Amino acid sequence: MLLLNASGCLDAMTAPPVARSLDAYVTKTITPLPREGNPPVRIAETEHGMLNAIGLANPGRDRFLVTVLPRLRELGVPIWVSVGGFSAAEYAETCAALEGVTIELNLSCPNVDEAPESAAEIVSACRAATALPLYAKLSPAAWDVAESARAVEAAGADGLSLVNTIRGLALDDRTLAPTLARGTGGYSGPALKPIALAAVYACAHATALPIVGMGGVRSGRDALDLIAAGASAVALGTILFADPDAPARVRSELDAECSARGYAAPSDARAIAHEAHAHAS
Amino acid sequence: MRREALEVVANEGIGPYHLIRVKRGALHPGDPGQFFMLEAPGRVLPRPMSVCFAHASELAFLIDPIGPGTRALCELRPGDAIHLLGPLGNGWRLDVERPLLVGGGIGVAPLPYLSERLGRPPALLGFRSEWHAEAAALVPNAEVVLEPTYVTEALPGGYDVLACGPEPMLEALRALVPDAQLAWEAPMACGYGACYGCAVEVDGVLERLCVKGPVLAAA
Ligand SMILES: Cc1cc2nc3c(=O)[nH]c(=O)nc-3n(C[C@H](O)[C@H](O)[C@H](O)COP(=O)(O)OP(=O)(O)OC[C@H]3O[C@@H](n4cnc5c(N)ncnc54)[C@H](O)[C@@H]3O)c2cc1C
Ligand SMILES: Cc1cc2nc3c(=O)[nH]c(=O)nc-3n(C[C@H](O)[C@H](O)[C@H](O)COP(=O)(O)O)c2cc1C
Ligand code: FES
Repeated sequence: MLLLNASGCLDAMTAPPVARSLDAYVTKTITPLPREGNPPVRIAETEHGMLNAIGLANPGRDRFLVTVLPRLRELGVPIWVSVGGFSAAEYAETCAALEGVTIELNLSCPNVDEAPESAAEIVSACRAATALPLYAKLSPAAWDVAESARAVEAAGADGLSLVNTIRGLALDDRTLAPTLARGTGGYSGPALKPIALAAVYACAHATALPIVGMGGVRSGRDALDLIAAGASAVALGTILFADPDAPARVRSELDAECSARGYAAPSDARAIAHEAHAHAS
Repeated sequence: MRREALEVVANEGIGPYHLIRVKRGALHPGDPGQFFMLEAPGRVLPRPMSVCFAHASELAFLIDPIGPGTRALCELRPGDAIHLLGPLGNGWRLDVERPLLVGGGIGVAPLPYLSERLGRPPALLGFRSEWHAEAAALVPNAEVVLEPTYVTEALPGGYDVLACGPEPMLEALRALVPDAQLAWEAPMACGYGACYGCAVEVDGVLERLCVKGPVLAAA
């Protein structure tokens, strides 16, 4: 069972041992041009999660390819590059420039304006530009995420990453003005878990694609839930901020959960929720 | 950087602040101005706190209960355990000739450790009230000014200023003392460069304060 970081939740350059404790390292989303990101305040804690409006701060495609990616390869773990853009052509150009990595298309950042094309059109353009494995990262806010999943599968995606954050708002205790400079932000952390589970469950039913499940995972039990809903890999996001040792801990908790339940390996529990549901109804 | 669950040894009120002492375990205390992320019980994210004292077997943090995270920390009791991650960030350069420590309010928190490491140099501390100024007892050789007097009005010339305090105080110091070393704050989710949440403007570009700072050169 692969354990990854969620895009934007770990910088391998400032914490190499944490990146090496994962089965693959996923970069923060890379856009064609450098982006400084949104002005501060960029983060706010809420009762059951956090909001972020980082705004895809990144060095841009060229500097990433020349200075960052070679150093990431030295980590010795497989690299996934999260690709973003403001049109299908922009996504496809970055895909065409990549080699020896898995690509995760960020089709769902709530903190920047979106490309005009649909997710499926962007995936098609990228499919034509690269033979590398292509994962489509979808938003849980889609009216019907299973429909989006079927559409990106038909367009040539090799897998799904579920889910990105969902838009939220926090107000400052003193002024009752939005806490984040951008106003709204992406909501992540424990509150996202049932939403992620529902998206993984629906997409595992709708498509045959492998799924990287993420959203509010803090423990091995949370990871097991995503696997049972249909995920074939799990990514850790917000928990890494509080606990950079989470990868090793979640892995050992997951193994313990599985053996306590009679599964020889976590993969044996994959999509078990669908069978159990079929039996119950 | 290392993360450990450590036992709280004491929680003592000092004016409006709390001095929380925890066992040090195998944690390195770091240098003055460096910080730890402290697990705030019941909260999703840890909170950044400067090292106030570092002893062979203990670390101490001076905490101002201003919101949910700091209030949860100030409710800790001896025997409770919390996770600490650190030391993090970059502290003050200590190779200065005539150090003067300048602090405002809860900005005194890292100064006791800094004072000890620099051999108890003079300090100038500003507080809102006598009650807040009780924390001045933690800093040796300190002169205290109370509002409406500000530290910038009592600031002697010819010193190497090392300061921590509220943003307006740091901005005023920056204008007066171009070579001052100032410890800044920003909301932080991780403290180790992972989240990009702590962006502040340094020389016209946004940088992660937990990576570049929290101590930055004024000019
Ligand atoms: C490197 C560093 C070292 C620190 N050391 C100490 C210390 O030794 N002792 C101590 O008491 N505090 C310290 N702080 C500040 C402390 O981390 C914050 O007060 C705390 O995170 C606030 O959390 P909260 O949940 O209590 O309040 P929140 O609800 O998060 O905040 C309450 C109010 O304060 C504002 N605010 C929150 N965090 C910050 C911030 N970092 N900077 C400016 N305004 C903020 C919010 O906008 C809000 O209005 C430090 C901060 C940094 C970055
Ligand atoms: C601070 C922060 C930055 C993020 N940046 C990105 C990003 O650049 N690209 C992306 O696809 N997702 C980004 N995400 C979303 C995460 O990858 C993940 O989908 C989401 O946080 C849910 O997982 P979690 O609840 O475990 O954090 C970010 C999340 C956070 C909290
Ligand atoms: S606090 Fe997360 S990058 Fe600085």
